[in-house]
Amino acid sequence: MSRIAFINARLVCPTAGVSHGTLMVEDGVIRASGAVEVPGDAVQVDCGGRLLAPALVDLGVFAIDRAAFRAGGIARVALMPDTTPVLDEPGIVQRSALIGKPDLWIHPISAATRGLAGKELAEMAICRSAGARAVGTGRGWIADSSVMRRVLLYARDLDCAVIAHAEDGGLARGAVATSGETATRLGLPAAPALAEALAVARDLMLAEETGARLHLRQVTTAAAFDLIRAAKQRGVRVTCGITPAHLHLSDIATSGFRTFAHLSPPLRDEADRQAALAAVRDGTIDVIASGHDPHGAESKRLPFTDSSAGMAGAETLLALSLGLVRDEVIGLDRLWSLLAANPARVLGVDAGTLESGMAADLVLADADAPWRIGTDTLVARAGNTPFDGMPVQGRVLRLWKGGREIG
Amino acid sequence: MQRSDHRPSTLIEGGAVFPHRHLTGIEGLQPHEISFLLDEAEHWVEANRTHAAPDKRMAGLTQINAFFENSTRTLLSFEIAGKRLGADVVNMHAAQSSVKKGETLIDTAQTLNAMRADVLVIRHMSSGAVQLIADKVACPVLNAGDGWHEHPTQALLDALTIRRRRGSVAGQRVVICGDVLHSRVARSNILALTALAADVRVCAPSTLMPPAIERMFVTPFTDFDQAIEGADVVMMLRVQNERMDGGYIPSSREYRMRYGLTAERLARVPNALVMHPGPMNRGVEIDSVVADGTQSAITEQVEMGVAVRMACMDVLTRRARGVEGWA
Repeated sequence: MSRIAFINARLVCPTAGVSHGTLMVEDGVIRASGAVEVPGDAVQVDCGGRLLAPALVDLGVFAIDRAAFRAGGIARVALMPDTTPVLDEPGIVQRSALIGKPDLWIHPISAATRGLAGKELAEMAICRSAGARAVGTGRGWIADSSVMRRVLLYARDLDCAVIAHAEDGGLARGAVATSGETATRLGLPAAPALAEALAVARDLMLAEETGARLHLRQVTTAAAFDLIRAAKQRGVRVTCGITPAHLHLSDIATSGFRTFAHLSPPLRDEADRQAALAAVRDGTIDVIASGHDPHGAESKRLPFTDSSAGMAGAETLLALSLGLVRDEVIGLDRLWSLLAANPARVLGVDAGTLESGMAADLVLADADAPWRIGTDTLVARAGNTPFDGMPVQGRVLRLWKGGREIG
Repeated sequence: MQRSDHRPSTLIEGGAVFPHRHLTGIEGLQPHEISFLLDEAEHWVEANRTHAAPDKRMAGLTQINAFFENSTRTLLSFEIAGKRLGADVVNMHAAQSSVKKGETLIDTAQTLNAMRADVLVIRHMSSGAVQLIADKVACPVLNAGDGWHEHPTQALLDALTIRRRRGSVAGQRVVICGDVLHSRVARSNILALTALAADVRVCAPSTLMPPAIERMFVTPFTDFDQAIEGADVVMMLRVQNERMDGGYIPSSREYRMRYGLTAERLARVPNALVMHPGPMNRGVEIDSVVADGTQSAITEQVEMGVAVRMACMDVLTRRARGVEGWA
């Protein structure tokens, strides 16, 4: 039996809270934590009082970028179905589910509709048996309400969450920005912010009626948060997420046609950003994810409307999220619910806490280490971050997957 | 020469009076910098009218007009302006270029840069495209229109027309009417005219009005008859035919009824100046009798266009030409 004792750690667990002590791992599984006796044969890892927490579970990435995930303290990712080819075939799903192991566990989100076209149901059950942990609409919205209803009904039978993108397709067609002063000054095609709430309202009603599990991957506007808050109170099985970009930036970041700030959904105005922070604080938001989507110059060094939406977010996810703790929006244990426990629950995987019996997916981090985000210094496949030059605190020091350190 | 609307409190001379490498938009220009370009243009208006002895100050310089979007009038205006100044003018049309073969804008920019152009004039259908090129090349870049974003020389020629006809831009009530949402002419004019302290109103159906436009210090109207009240200048915008097939406006005749500048409407402001950036949809946004009438400054706008573009190219190449105080 191999034993590892993580001693002198500041343990952060979404369920048990924050404590100082030791974490015991046996054969890759967490066995005990707190004031435990360290057996003589255990390998000791002195955490130096630093933060030891569940490795992050990143719900919704668009590329497999090992170096970025390693640097970000991410041990599991849910892969969006918008790959080429689309994740709607069991062979491709199975391959995706296996290629990361053992260092990185990839949980494929298979396409809810064939080819993500929003018309015919995809083979959800077969894909699930091939390793898919959820079904999703990808980058797009299913415009046809009857198709979306059948997706939810069918996924409910499989007890599988439907991960949806919430932007009304008609309003958002061709838009690359949120309607407002910035888009008007730049002369960019824009959609009103309520494109999101419209889509959320429909999908919530369908989820309520069908009883399906719905996860809205990115919710970014005040009106949509209000709808979700109310739906949760009614008992609708809905969860929602956001990325740090929408918590830290408003649409002013796109000034000067900065394509690194071209995101989907687009950045919103300051009032919506404040609403997002409030929704993190009051528990409306369940998940913070990176939305990791590296794009090189060929798709970003273009006129804004022609550039691809998306940001490389994996490496900056933890540092930017720790800012929420420093700003006293939430506590550390709640942050790890957002970054690990809740995404694991949406995917139905046993991960994200330090409870006994969990796989030892662990991250050791220096929560205070200062550094500066730079497009040239990221290890990701591309450095398209809208946070270039921003000083942050919080560095991942070491990462373990199932008790095995990832170098 | 007309008196400028704005003057810096202390005299600025040489390159300090216009410290910009490019002209990518009116955004970022100070009021006195706009006035400086207008003052410079005045000189060329007179020179062009009197057929004065040729001034070939740009002789030996290469001007490339790279138009990724079709244009006749603006291209011609820039070409004439360059030739009057003695530049070697080369036109690159997107239709004939490798852009259609998938070459990226940056590659095209680097190609033009490697050919050692001395000034680039660029029109592109995407907002921000001209700035993108300007960041990548060594020579001055003039924006001849990018998407819905800016068309700075149009705003300058409009301001010059207004200043010459009305004596000043400051305090003039200017009504800009038409497809404001998709109009770079409107955006540049709003920036230039408000910088010069005009009272700017914009008028459009709500389907063609950009959100939060009042944040650009203009007053929005949806009723043209209200907007035109007390106007000193009525500037009509071209409405693309494809916007009037039910997408944004039910029909062209309905548009004319609500927003057309007819003789009856104009009769309510008998002293107002009528302007249009062209090309006009006669009988839709503007009636022929108005366009060709005594209040119209439309042909004068075209004339001012050449002068303004001569001024811009002269000013932007002064550093490269080693003009005293600019080098």
